[in-house]
Amino acid sequence: MAKNTKGFPLTHVLGFIMSLVLTFAALGVALKTNLSFKTIIWIIGSLAVIQAALQLYMFMHMNEGEDGKSQIINVVYGFFIAFVTVAGSIWVMSFGM
Amino acid sequence: MSANVNTALPLEYQTEQNRMNILGFWIFLGAEIILFGTLFAVFSVLNARYAGGPTPKDLFEIKDVMIETILLLTSSFTCGLAIYEMRRHNRNGLLLWFIITLLLGAGFVFMEITEFIHYVHEGATMQTSAFLSSFFVLLGTHGLHVSMGIGWATMVIIQILKRGLTPVTARKTFIIGLYWHFLDVVWIFIFTFVYLARMVA
Repeated sequence: MAKNTKGFPLTHVLGFIMSLVLTFAALGVALKTNLSFKTIIWIIGSLAVIQAALQLYMFMHMNEGEDGKSQIINVVYGFFIAFVTVAGSIWVMSFGM
Repeated sequence: MSANVNTALPLEYQTEQNRMNILGFWIFLGAEIILFGTLFAVFSVLNARYAGGPTPKDLFEIKDVMIETILLLTSSFTCGLAIYEMRRHNRNGLLLWFIITLLLGAGFVFMEITEFIHYVHEGATMQTSAFLSSFFVLLGTHGLHVSMGIGWATMVIIQILKRGLTPVTARKTFIIGLYWHFLDVVWIFIFTFVYLARMVA
């Protein structure tokens, strides 16, 4: 946990560059291609999940500390509930339209 | 304060109390993920109900959205550098990056308020349509979090200035850092599913 206390903040710089690349990749896919709406949603949605995971690992050090495992389980569970809420709402409200 | 201090760990993890507070904050962030999940659910269901009002294509300016995104993403990066400097026990480095983070955050809030004022002048208010109600509630909740984060961080900075880097102030700094990164995580999804997805649809 105390491994990166000297020298250059390499993981932070790498995380920042990768986040920028992912952001502009999503922008390019969404506005500069002629793919179908569904395809675009899947691609930019995946890019968003990757970028969120990058932030959690490279900036927030989610897995560090003696409670690292609890922290990961807690965040994954939170995202699972959020996903079920969103996907379930879209699914149930799609009937009768 | 708890007695069993482990000086081999970074300042913010040195006491049992600190470790429990940090774990507790992660659990709070889990609840925050679900809070924003419910708001995303509302937006996902209502995002095409324009009620004759303006649509995302009429309103959204991709240039302004990108400026907001880059401001918040860069502030998340500089916040990471602040914690990095804290772990090197470099108080001035910590304060410098921390203040840059807050300035970028303030720039983000300024851009967002300007954007909202612009929308209202185009006749797109919270009462116009279900799409705009859910849009303003989701974005407004996120913007409120950023604004409160700036106030919270300012108070932590005052404590660092008065008391220096101790296990207690280091823990408080680490926790506001987690909060700040989390707000960028939420923004990634707003950028993707509110702005990009609705501009394509």
